[in-house]
Amino acid sequence: MTFMRESFIVFRRQLRMNLRNPAWVIIGMLQPVLYLLLFGPLLEPLIDQFGAQNAYTFFVPGMLVQLGVFGAFFAGFSLIGEWREGVIEAERVTPASRTALLVGRLYRDLLQLLVQAVILVALGFALGMVASAEGILLGVLLTLLLGGACAAASNALALSTKSEDVMAPVINMVMMPVLLLSGILLPMTIGPAWLERASDFMPIRHVVDGVRASFVGDLGGSAVLWGGVWALVLFALAIWWGTATFRKENA
Amino acid sequence: MIHARGLVQTFDTRQGRVRTQVRAVDGVDLDVAEGEVVGFLGPNGAGKTTTLRMLTTLLRPTAGSATVAGHDVVAEPVQVRRAIGYVSQAGGAFSGARAGDEVVDHGMLYGLPRDVVEQRGKALFERMDLPGLWARMPRSMSGGQKRRLDIVMGLIHEPQLVFLDEPTTGLDPQARANLWEHIRDLRDRLGVTVFLTTHYLDEADALSDRIVIIDHGRIVASDTADALKAQVAGDLVDLELVDRDRLADAAQRLATLVDGRSEVEVVDHHVRARVPRAGRSVPGLIRDLDRVGIGLESIEVRRPTLDDVFLSLTGRSLRDADAAGPQEGGPTTALDEAAVPVTPGTATGTPTAGPPPGPTATGSTTPGPTTTQGALR
Ligand SMILES: Nc1ncnc2c1ncn2[C@@H]1O[C@H](COP(=O)(O)OP(=O)(O)OP(=O)(O)O)[C@@H](O)[C@H]1O
Ligand SMILES: [Mg+2]
Repeated sequence: MTFMRESFIVFRRQLRMNLRNPAWVIIGMLQPVLYLLLFGPLLEPLIDQFGAQNAYTFFVPGMLVQLGVFGAFFAGFSLIGEWREGVIEAERVTPASRTALLVGRLYRDLLQLLVQAVILVALGFALGMVASAEGILLGVLLTLLLGGACAAASNALALSTKSEDVMAPVINMVMMPVLLLSGILLPMTIGPAWLERASDFMPIRHVVDGVRASFVGDLGGSAVLWGGVWALVLFALAIWWGTATFRKENA
Repeated sequence: MIHARGLVQTFDTRQGRVRTQVRAVDGVDLDVAEGEVVGFLGPNGAGKTTTLRMLTTLLRPTAGSATVAGHDVVAEPVQVRRAIGYVSQAGGAFSGARAGDEVVDHGMLYGLPRDVVEQRGKALFERMDLPGLWARMPRSMSGGQKRRLDIVMGLIHEPQLVFLDEPTTGLDPQARANLWEHIRDLRDRLGVTVFLTTHYLDEADALSDRIVIIDHGRIVASDTADALKAQVAGDLVDLELVDRDRLADAAQRLATLVDGRSEVEVVDHHVRARVPRAGRSVPGLIRDLDRVGIGLESIEVRRPTLDDVFLSLTGRSLRDADAAGPQEGGPTTALDEAAVPVTPGTATGTPTAGPPPGPTATGSTTPGPTTTQGALR
């Protein structure tokens, strides 16, 4: 109860500050639209080679995960600014739960992701995507878990490094393999075997597969199962890490 | 309110390949009673902020223990947090959010209902001279307003104890004097115990009932400003004579008051010496001089400054101890507080420089635009 209240106070504060920044709102809305309109048409002629039926049923889930992961990776940057102005310390000196201080911030990132998901799915349908409501719901849920994990990790990284200059290269270094090995844009199955083996070690790839499978309607399959397991594991680990940094945040 | 025993904090730092351990706080014992205003004085890097962060549960002590407001900082951090307010060196309100929103959110994190926080916050804005700034962003506030806003945030849950980390650093003299008034008010009107760090000598002197001096992570002294000064140096007595020929005679008579740790100095028309409890002995000296016909142009009795105290405790001047060196515009001379010029006529009547704590002796620098800044940065 207290936890919900505390995290909601933090969330409301974050949201208020973000909404004051129109760029945040506009870019957040435009991202899914642009990806879908400018990248989707490139995939349409290739779709047979992927072993998929419908370009948008294939592409929308990938986009969803991409927005979840990449938007969330940058969530930590605003935390550094707050830390510098003593905001984190002021929050940490209140009796509020350390996890609530983190999770309140995640709500904001998850809300942003949810709005983007709605736009993406609506637009996907408009462009000819075929998917069931349950499949979409489950897929979005998996994406939210993964996005929450990435945002929590980004916050933890921000509080550990306390410097944009240190954090930016680290984020870039993480993003590269994620983008290349998780099959967000193109499926890993079309590559050579060694590349596909390598991608097996990328947890996010399994979440992408899971989201795709659930959009297609294969809700009981192993792809959804493993995607769900990985999303949960990553989420739990990241929350634990983030809470730990809020707890000690030593400076 | 605060009882700390053997607090230690070590940090691992790395310079290139060499890993070193910094003992930022090295065995600090502290006791602060309810209703006290304690000034925590020390040069840059002495360990003030680190000590505060341990007392406010933000940093876990490497060793030692502390109870704050009746609760152990390690075992019961939540209870400690409920009872204390902390205004950090950096502040606490985000520059791009509205001041009122920040105050309300901060108060609500203590579990207070919104209407209570809003009402209290607005009352505190009035009390802290921030009228009409509720909807303003801290980014467009003056340094003094911003600092007062930070203090409002630290007080919103009506703590019994507040920690202020360098509340006036970076403020101009008027803003400092104004903030001093507000800090005095905390105790006088709200009954709050105040623990404040500073590296301004005049500030510690003007605000605190008691001064705790820290250097290299260790407490080197803890007493009232007056007792610290009395224990160390004695008051500086400076007599300016009308007639140079009588200097030797006057010096001899002054020497009888000196307790051996100090000697009499003769410069131009002046004889000077450090005299313990000058308020008690100087009136007699003046009567004596008057009787033998040694005419005086002026008399000055000056209480020792905290810089004298620091010098005698550590062998270094407070300002030398600061690696950064003086940078603020103000004069960096020790504060000449409570300088008590006395004319011979009145001095024989009522001693103006009383023994510590005498009526003027406790006097501190008068806050105001003319305040000498013992700036240590
Ligand atoms: N997180 C940290 N990691 C490593 N060293 C630290 C850390 N925090 C403080 N120190 C070191 O500990 C010592 C004490 O620092 P502290 O901030 O307590 O000093 P201070 O008395 O508050 O100084 P100032 O007057 O400049 O605020 C310094 O030498 C500082 O460099
Ligand atoms: Mg400090």
